[in-house]
Amino acid sequence: MSQTATMTGTAPASSKSLEDGPRGERPKPFFTPKKIIIYTTLVFFSLYFLFPLYVMLVTSFKTMPEIRFGNIFALPNQINFDAWHRAWTSACTGLTCNGLSPGFWNSVKITIPSTIVSIFIAAVNGYALVNWRFRGSEIFFSILIFGSFIPYQVMLYPLVMITRELGIFGTLPGIIVIHTIFGMPILTLLFRNYFASLPQELFKAARVDGAGFWRIFFEIMLPMSLPIFVVALILQITGIWNDFLFGVVFAGTQNLPMTVQLNNIVNSAQGTPEYNVNMAATVLTGLVPLIIYFVSGKLFVRGVAAGAVKG
Amino acid sequence: MQHSVSIRDLSLNFGSVKVLEHLNLDIAQGEFIVLLGPSGCGKSTLLNCIAGLLDVSDGQIFISGKNVTWEEPKDRGIGMVFQSYALYPQMSVERNLSFGLRVAGMPKDEINRRVARAAEILQIQPLLNRKPANLSGGQRQRVAIGRALVRDVDVFLFDEPLSNLDAKLRSDLRVEIKRLHQRLKNTMIYVTHDQIEALTLADRIAIMKSGVIQQLADPHTIYNKPVNLYVAGFIGSPSMNFLNGTIDGTTFTADDGTVMPINAYEFSSPVTGSRKAVLGVRPEHILLGEAAQAMPFKTEAEIEIVEPMGSETLAWTKVAGVPVTFRCSSDIPLAAGDKVTVGFDIARGSLFDAQTENRL
Amino acid sequence: MADVATQPGQGAETSTRPGFVQRLFLHNITAKVAALPMIATVLVIFVGCTAWTIYYSFTNSRLLPRNDFVGFDQYVRLFGTNRWNISITNLLMYGSMSLVLTLTLGFLLAVLMDQKIRFESAFRTIMLYPFALSFIVTGLVWQWIMNPTLGLQGTMRNLGWTGFTFDWISNPRMVLFALLIAGLWQGVGFCMVLMLAGLRGVDEEIWKAARVDGIPTWRTYISVVLPMMRGVLVTSVVIIGSGIVRLYDLVVALTNGGPGISSEVPAKYVYDYMFGGGNIGQGLAASTMMLVTVMIIMVPWAYLEFGGKGRR
Repeated sequence: MSQTATMTGTAPASSKSLEDGPRGERPKPFFTPKKIIIYTTLVFFSLYFLFPLYVMLVTSFKTMPEIRFGNIFALPNQINFDAWHRAWTSACTGLTCNGLSPGFWNSVKITIPSTIVSIFIAAVNGYALVNWRFRGSEIFFSILIFGSFIPYQVMLYPLVMITRELGIFGTLPGIIVIHTIFGMPILTLLFRNYFASLPQELFKAARVDGAGFWRIFFEIMLPMSLPIFVVALILQITGIWNDFLFGVVFAGTQNLPMTVQLNNIVNSAQGTPEYNVNMAATVLTGLVPLIIYFVSGKLFVRGVAAGAVKG
Repeated sequence: MQHSVSIRDLSLNFGSVKVLEHLNLDIAQGEFIVLLGPSGCGKSTLLNCIAGLLDVSDGQIFISGKNVTWEEPKDRGIGMVFQSYALYPQMSVERNLSFGLRVAGMPKDEINRRVARAAEILQIQPLLNRKPANLSGGQRQRVAIGRALVRDVDVFLFDEPLSNLDAKLRSDLRVEIKRLHQRLKNTMIYVTHDQIEALTLADRIAIMKSGVIQQLADPHTIYNKPVNLYVAGFIGSPSMNFLNGTIDGTTFTADDGTVMPINAYEFSSPVTGSRKAVLGVRPEHILLGEAAQAMPFKTEAEIEIVEPMGSETLAWTKVAGVPVTFRCSSDIPLAAGDKVTVGFDIARGSLFDAQTENRL
Repeated sequence: MADVATQPGQGAETSTRPGFVQRLFLHNITAKVAALPMIATVLVIFVGCTAWTIYYSFTNSRLLPRNDFVGFDQYVRLFGTNRWNISITNLLMYGSMSLVLTLTLGFLLAVLMDQKIRFESAFRTIMLYPFALSFIVTGLVWQWIMNPTLGLQGTMRNLGWTGFTFDWISNPRMVLFALLIAGLWQGVGFCMVLMLAGLRGVDEEIWKAARVDGIPTWRTYISVVLPMMRGVLVTSVVIIGSGIVRLYDLVVALTNGGPGISSEVPAKYVYDYMFGGGNIGQGLAASTMMLVTVMIIMVPWAYLEFGGKGRR
């Protein structure tokens, strides 16, 4: 206590003032070996990730002679939408030559109802699991989560038989049911975790006020769940749009989704392959998930990471 | 004499936000300094600057006479204890203590000697082979202190080390930190928002607000002679009673007209003329009954609420039209509605300029 | 009747008079009805279908399932089939390389992203976008890039680098690496995002403590942070691993199993035998083997996660 008290910060009590030597910020060189290594590595990997997108796009704008005599990196001589037009309307899938557009509309017809149904059911599941537990509900949930790791191939054949029995094999309702079933584990987990994070007092207060299962769900839980619905929406739209296996097995020849038609166009077409049309078709198929990805940004990250978040 | 830690004209900005401004602080060898303030006042930031975990924008920091402004934390001769303990969860207690020394390439027997000494001082020998997950909060914090101890440094930095503990453990560990300081006689800088910790541990307390040290003094001075309204209101629980009024010579006239003689008050500098002022009286400086009769100002008051605290009783009343709390022995029977005589011990009160809020 | 349902989440033992059966069915009746799709999915699909598949894998089913038991015959035939053995070997080779590389690169990139870099969100966007695409799209793009005459190889040779060889897609010995390049392209960004979330979850005071202790940054990552991320690591292994076992679309689009049968995988074997070969018993036996593979990954994980600590 021999020190004089500094009464305020602004008036130094100590008679000593600043000395020579280091003062203020540490000097930070703009280029350090560490920074150079970091950015070089990141840029290198970015090129690896961007290269296919670039190749896809430039190829789709080229003409076939350009492709045959040019190189894969070169920009097209002129932007040429011919290949895009062909891919959309007249590319051949082995049997028919109607392009990708039927596949696009089939994918839309599959994705929209599947997304809505699967999310609704999963939301109800999550809500029941958090707020209305019943004997065995946790066991069902555990099996559901473990079930999501069972290879689809294991359940494929019996599912074909079941849907055939129900008369929905090879129809739109059939593929919708399949997507609902296989989307259920991850979506239920998502909603269960979200509802569990909401204050339970809210639910209890509604119970005391006499509200029942559905009333609480629709009037209290749903209005509070917009963010998680958006995450689920992103997850389901991209997931269902990108599906191949279920589409090829369950959708039926009339409803083959875009991914299946794309694969048919590229891999089972007769005659000389038209690489520009193939790439245009590929871009077109990737467009919907890509748009969702770029528009949703951080929410997409949340969606894909949702699977990694433990309950 | 050489200061253990000396902070000269320190400023820190995050972009355009000024967190610390031209801050000066000299800390003597072996001194226990507490940085006290509400959250966001810059006390933890200051500690992180001293540790070298944050780059300062301007100014210099000296530790043991050496300019360490640009040094890495490990080269500053400091050890640090964190609020969340920050123990390495996958390592045993022994490895937690020795990890830094091992990385530094210290000889094995020296490491063992230091770990053994730290374990002995903190009495954690039986825990050496456990993982942090298997320790209680108090034990974890001891290990965290031990990790600073083995570094054999001159200066210890504590960043709210007891805030994650429950009340009982907190007071136990508080005593232990004090004991540790008495035994090691290191310089210690301790950040907290808990005024009890500050008052019990510190040789000197630095009360901070918005990046500026408001008052730097020993706990007794801080408590009894707060330098401004902010410090007066921040320290003490329940807090000081404040009455607005005017001083003129030897009287203080409260806003409702009540006149109080202030001859007994010791002004820090002579005050002339009349001016708006605030009178501050701590709850324990308001007396009852016979004791009240001896006070320069006394009045009748009606008790509104009584809060028995066990060893003492807090009572709420109104004096000069303002709510006032006072503290008295729990032996005195008090009930709401009672009329009592209360006396203000003005000599031990504080007067502040209403304009500048500084002590008069 | 629904009045019996009193407190959510509890049996409400004291106030219930009805017997066990009634409690089992009527307690929280609305919730049970609402959860019926889930209960049905679990019982019929995940348990029922799986059991059905295992059961019929021991039969002599060909075009249609038949209740004609042949014991382990299908499995004996399975492991006597060259194509299946190649599929299994491929899966093991591809799987181990893919798992190790995805995790290592994912962690490495996450660490780089964690260095308070500029343009972080741009880098993240670039690394993650392939994950939004279908495996079919991924496979077809890389098929085009690896096209020996017009793709990268042809371009490089035309540019004068005549010795440049990148014919992995048509080279039986290299075709797995072609799959790997495409697979990593799609999956590394996802792994990086998981790892980055794990890194960001580490208490900042741990970093401060390590700095005060004088631990170099790389050493802190290896000795302190990585062990702390056990949860994220295990989850990543499980997700990546179960994805590898399912590997199907990518192979169909990129190589369709070729050249020859050099890039066949079990999932494709199952599909071809079930829906193309008219040999359901083989398909079922192969899919059961896939299930066994997943179990080998899952059971230790489940034990570590849920068994060891007795947490729920």
